[in-house]
This record gives sequence, structure tokens and C-alpha cells, in this order.
Amino acid sequence: MEIAIRLLQGGVAALIDYLSFHVLTCLVPAFFIAGAISVFVSQASVLKYFGPNANKFLAYGVASVSGTVLAVCSCTVLPLFGGIYLHGAGLGPAIAFLYSGPAINVLAIVYSARLLGYDIGAARAVGAIVFSIIIGLIMAVIFRKEEKQKNAEAFAALAIDPPGKPLWKQLAFFAILVGILGFGASKQWIVTGVLLVALGIILWRWFTTGELKQWMKETGHFVRLIIPWLLGGVFVAGILKAAIPESWVVGAVGENSLLANFVASFLGMLMYFATLTEVPIIRAFMDLGMNKGPVLALLLAGPALSLPSILSLSRIMGWRKTLTFSALVVVMATTTGYSFGFIVQ
Amino acid sequence: MDIKILGTGCAKCHALGDAVKAAVKELQLDVKIQEVKDMKKIMEYPILMTPGLVINEKVVSSGKVPGKEELKKLLLNAAKK
Repeated sequence: MEIAIRLLQGGVAALIDYLSFHVLTCLVPAFFIAGAISVFVSQASVLKYFGPNANKFLAYGVASVSGTVLAVCSCTVLPLFGGIYLHGAGLGPAIAFLYSGPAINVLAIVYSARLLGYDIGAARAVGAIVFSIIIGLIMAVIFRKEEKQKNAEAFAALAIDPPGKPLWKQLAFFAILVGILGFGASKQWIVTGVLLVALGIILWRWFTTGELKQWMKETGHFVRLIIPWLLGGVFVAGILKAAIPESWVVGAVGENSLLANFVASFLGMLMYFATLTEVPIIRAFMDLGMNKGPVLALLLAGPALSLPSILSLSRIMGWRKTLTFSALVVVMATTTGYSFGFIVQ
Repeated sequence: MDIKILGTGCAKCHALGDAVKAAVKELQLDVKIQEVKDMKKIMEYPILMTPGLVINEKVVSSGKVPGKEELKKLLLNAAKK
């Protein structure tokens, strides 16, 4: 009984700490950006690079970074993966997208940088992009004989989307949003104010009321979708912090050894993290003494794979490919974590 | 008319299911609504993003929840054929 109370106290303390620490404020602009991306960026314009006739090199490049635009919610990643694999550019680009997607959406980048440190946030994004291409290429080479019959219909249907705003208007809009996020986070209030005014003018001149409403609706949708999970994750992180003895964590992953990185990657592969919850949970492990190398390894392997997603993946592409991919993820995450830990020490 | 909602259980998929049921009720159509949750079966349809709406084995919308009016139009178009 006493233990249960102590654990609950840990969870509640973490929640209070979290809410009062203004960590959430850094997410507010990020939520607006995520909402804007899903309303104003034509997903078809990105997806056309994954078509069956797409340039292969371009497909890998776009796949590795398009998670920013396409994968705001981890629940869209698997269907898109299946679509690209079965109906589009094939296994390699699909794998690249699958691996990098959860790590490089706006919310994940902002939140990891804020809570785990800018070095880890940046390493997570860069590591995910670079290794997604490498893993995708390796998978494509290993299974090169199994090219599937393509069904071009899914991609043919994409063209009917109406064109959005001119590119420069979109770029200006998103640049201002990202500026507000960045300058707001570094407390440059004057610049932030100027940008907010500029944003107001842009919204007034270029956007219709209907578009604005949709933007707010989508932003609200993300908030409702993600915040409950996130608070749950913070709560669980608090409990873990109270439940797990520091000596265990330090003993297993306290040093930047190959074994520690492997343990972190392997557990990350099995563990399921709901959207963004990996961040507070890993923060708890860091507080308990986890080394930065294994932290990165866990961050890279964790959201990319989990037991449930391995099961779904095996339904889409079969066990051989799924297990090969899982093994590659663990190997890559281990190496990346180990090198990163080595560099920051 | 045969309607299938493709989705593995995400929030938008539930929203689509509810919206379709509401539209069908309003139009008083005689349809069979089926939810397809198996990833493998979903991928047999030419869609890239869930939720997908399939009417008479034809994908009419994917990746979004169409508005009420749009849904009604899709249903009526399919009913005419």
C-alpha cells in the first residue's frame, strides 16, 4: 500500500511540475504549425514524389524528410507506409519514411529539443533522416528481387486535389510561424511581437475566414488528440522515476558502452510509445542517470518500432522483411547512439 | 449500396464512421456499412491515407473526413448509379 501511494505521488508530482514548468508553452506554437501544415500544405504535392514512376533518388530524399509534413500523428504513418510500399515507389522509400516519420514531425522536434536538450533534439532529427535513407537502401538491396506489381490507381487519384496558395505565400506564412516558435522560445519578445503583427496582416490579406476556421479546427484536433496521451505519458514517467532504483538505470545504461546502447535500442524496438510520450518517459530515465548515447538510441528505435507496429508491419510486408527491418533499426540506433555519446562526452 | 469505412481505429476513422451514419440516416438510404480494420485488407484498396471511404468497392475519399454536404453528394451520386 505504501509503495502504491509513493508511486502515485511520483506521478502527480511529475504532472504538477510539468504543468507549472511552462514546458507546454513551447508546444503551443508547434500545435498551430502542425494544424497549419495539415490544412494548408497539399499532401498530394508531397505524395506525388512517391508514385510508382517517381525518380528513385528523389523518392528517398523526400521520404526521409516528408515526415515533417505527413506524419504529425503516428497513426497516419503505417497506412502511408503501406500505400507507398504497395502502390508507389516501393520498399526502400517506404521504409525510409517509416523510420524517420515519427522522429521529425514538428511537435517531436520541438518537444525533444526543449525537454531533453538541444543537442539530443538535433541529433534525433539528423540521425533519423540520415539513417532512414541508409536503412531504406539496405532493405531495397536485400529484397531487390521481390518488386511487387504496382497499382498506380492510388497515385493517379492524387492529381484531383485543388491547387493551394502560391508557393512563396506558403513559405512566407510558415517561415513566420516557425520564427514565432523560435524567437518565442528564446524569449525575444520584441521580434516575436513584430512577427505576430506580420502574421496578423498575412492572415487578414491572404486567408479567407473559412480557411482560418479550418486551421483552428485542425489545431484543436491535434491538441485534443495528443495532450491527453502526453499527460498520461508524463504521469507514467513520474511513476517510473519513483519506482525504478537509480542504481538499475545507472548499471544498465549509465555509461556509453556498446552494450548499453544495444539494450536501449532493443527495448526501444519492443516498447510502444503513443505520439510524443517517448519524450517525458526518456526524460525520466535521463534524470535517473541514463547516458546521452543510450538516450539517443532509445529515441531513435523507440517511436520507429513497437511490438504492435511490428505485428501490423508483418501483415503488410511479411515476417522476413519485418524482422530484417527491426534488426537494422536496432543496429543503426545502437551505432548512432554510441557515436553520439562518444562525441558529446 | 455497400459502404466500407477503412481505418485502423484512429480518431479520424471514428469521426468518418459517425459522419457517414448520420448522413445515411438523413438521406434515408438503404445501405450496409462495414468497418474494415485489418491493415492488409485496407491496403488492398488504392488508398494512401486512412480513413478511407469506399462505396460499392470504389474509393471515394481518403485521408480526410469529408464535410456533411460533400458526404451526402457522394452518397447520392453512388445511389443514382
